[in-house]
Amino acid sequence: MIDILKFRLGYGRQTVAFPDGPPKFPARFRGRPAVDPSRCTDGCTACAEICPTEAILAPGTASMAVDLGRCVFCGDCAAACPPGAIRFTDDHRLAARAREALVVRGDEPVLAAALDGEMRRVLGRSLKLRQVSAAGCNGCEAELNATGNIQFDLGRFGVQFVASPRHADGIVVTGPVSENMLLALRKTYEAVPAPRLVIAVGACAISGGVFRESPVVSGGAEAALAGIPVDLFVPGCPPHPITIVDGLLRLLGRLG
Amino acid sequence: MTGPIHDVRPRASDLLETWNGEAVDARAVPVHPVSRFRAIVLEALAGGGRLAALFGRPAEGRVLLTAVLADDPEGRLALLSTLVDGAYPALSAEVPAAQGFERELAEQYGVRPEGHPWLKPLRFEPPLRPVRDAFGRRDPRATIPGEYPFFAVEGEEVHEVAVGPVHAGIIEPGHFRFQCHGEQVFHLEIVLGYQHRGVEPLLQGGPDRRSLALAESIAGDTSVGHGLAYVKALESLAGRPPPARAMALRGVALELERLANHVGDLGALAGDVGFLPTASYCGALRAEFLNATAELCGNRFGRGLLVPGGVRHDLGAAEAQAIAARVRGAWEKSRRAAGLFFESPSVRARLEGTGAVSRETALALGLVGPAARASGVDRDVRRDHAFGIFRFVHVPVVTADTGDVFARAWIRLLEGERSAAFVASQLENLPEGGARDPLGPLAPGSLVVSMVEGWRGEIAHVAVTDEAGRLARYKVKDPSFHNWFGLAMALRDGQISDFPLCNKSFNLSYAGHDL
Ligand code: SF4
Repeated sequence: MIDILKFRLGYGRQTVAFPDGPPKFPARFRGRPAVDPSRCTDGCTACAEICPTEAILAPGTASMAVDLGRCVFCGDCAAACPPGAIRFTDDHRLAARAREALVVRGDEPVLAAALDGEMRRVLGRSLKLRQVSAAGCNGCEAELNATGNIQFDLGRFGVQFVASPRHADGIVVTGPVSENMLLALRKTYEAVPAPRLVIAVGACAISGGVFRESPVVSGGAEAALAGIPVDLFVPGCPPHPITIVDGLLRLLGRLG
Repeated sequence: MTGPIHDVRPRASDLLETWNGEAVDARAVPVHPVSRFRAIVLEALAGGGRLAALFGRPAEGRVLLTAVLADDPEGRLALLSTLVDGAYPALSAEVPAAQGFERELAEQYGVRPEGHPWLKPLRFEPPLRPVRDAFGRRDPRATIPGEYPFFAVEGEEVHEVAVGPVHAGIIEPGHFRFQCHGEQVFHLEIVLGYQHRGVEPLLQGGPDRRSLALAESIAGDTSVGHGLAYVKALESLAGRPPPARAMALRGVALELERLANHVGDLGALAGDVGFLPTASYCGALRAEFLNATAELCGNRFGRGLLVPGGVRHDLGAAEAQAIAARVRGAWEKSRRAAGLFFESPSVRARLEGTGAVSRETALALGLVGPAARASGVDRDVRRDHAFGIFRFVHVPVVTADTGDVFARAWIRLLEGERSAAFVASQLENLPEGGARDPLGPLAPGSLVVSMVEGWRGEIAHVAVTDEAGRLARYKVKDPSFHNWFGLAMALRDGQISDFPLCNKSFNLSYAGHDL
């Protein structure tokens, strides 16, 4: 007992300063890419040729863009582009409410808009979520788990992952949704009382990610839940816990 | 383990000898009639060998089975093949460790292992060739995991408990079916396959721009382990070993992955028995190792570090020293946090004797990694089939002998100690020179076995190239492939309430198994 208390006293505060202070990332951290087609060398499409998920749209043209819904943030495109037409910033804010908002051009932040009116009133201060891993590799699952540890401590914002879909206000889907998980995912969604949210976390759940060409996956939550809108997309492979927390807080209107 | 493979080898030409990471001419692998193939495999295994892989690929309208036999004490591998079609006599009746491989063959290629004691679909995947699988299925949508006859125990007070695929926490999906008598578990059947994404066929025809990211996604908590097995396979096929500096940095990343997971697992075990100080500290300390990995390459799971030919990010001297100091500090705290846990008598009482797996069972099932070492099976790819930096720097192997939850937890602490020392000393003494070389084309018509000791145990990839030097077959074996059966055996005759604790003490990969 004494040892436990001594250890505790020597341990200090573990919770990150975010969101009150700025988050800290390692020097090589790859956040939101910035795209500047004016730097492209004539006719060069090297970035798109190397990209594992075909995330670079219209390479080498004035409308060049990176689709964060597909990007796995490997950084190969930036490395293949000495003039810096694509480079990675340390901006962790990546989540968006609409799929199209993940297609980034230029160097503008991506900021998820808050839920409106009634939904925000009901869920804004207490959000319970049921996580469904649908062929996620355990990368996104691990970072979702990390949001609940003493560092990121999602619980302090009233957001919690719960055991039963009946107790949940929405589902958080990870993975490209395998054929073998399709039924379980749909049943879990149906077991959540309405109104309910769908949140897709990670490149796989948004677009199928590196598995998008596999014949045995649906290509993400939107495709799998055909017709049911996704309320929040959180890009990354996997997204950093702070990116996840940022997206959830913005959804709830808790970050300005 | 007695006697190396050659003691029981009837003729030199029966087997093709190789070692971890040596590319061989694929046509040089001897092809035997089935009965001879079986006899040689059984003799080698009886002589102390181990079945590291058994996989199929289409050939001449039939299926070419290839066995990879490991002689761990001698650090050698041996290959042999046979052509089958329709059915062949199963190895699993005599070699329980073959059960998963033969179920996989039945599913992927429609060949039926006659006499298999547990012939059930492995991951409910569609066949890899245009035939019906051994269960008569062609369409992946026809059946899903769990839609099959479970082993059932009958009796008046016997009841069945079904858990999953969607679990209470943030966990990958799988289905657990218990046959119980009161609290006592007679039998646990584990049905997997929910996570099947078709990794192997996606890697076929490569290497292409997706391949490395795919390898890193086989199991997201083992990105470095599987990524390393993949880049190593390609380098062997190209005949280009990476520079020494890259080997050291890869070793650092692999051991950081082990540290993050081992420390995280100790925290999870502590959480499960309600010992909250260690649960909270280890949860946060795990992040220290993930963040050290992110210092190497920008990603907490090591994605974007490895590349065929070396590593994508080098470290400056000051950076390397800073990370070394950080890892030493984080380990010091982890050791103390774990110490609180292990020194608590109530914790020890809860862990000791729970979910014991005997050495015999561990050997029979072919368990690997900490799960095997906790049961006294002295096996570790880093020593037995040393690769990369581990050929020059040895990390001592730790074993325990009780095979229970306590042993599986304790092993993680001891392994963490050695990994932390390795990481710090490597970072303080990185070899000079570049960290990346160009790869060059892959040798055509070749085969390589690429093994890595991931944090869960032996990862084995087998790559076979076609005449153009493309990947004609890419076989992946995650350590969980063998170890899931170990979990089922750990529960036998135990209490159903011990399941969460036993499960965490193994902490196996669903995605790695399901591919
Ligand atoms: S960082 Fe994203 S856009 Fe760039 S190559 Fe990698 S996956 Fe493609």
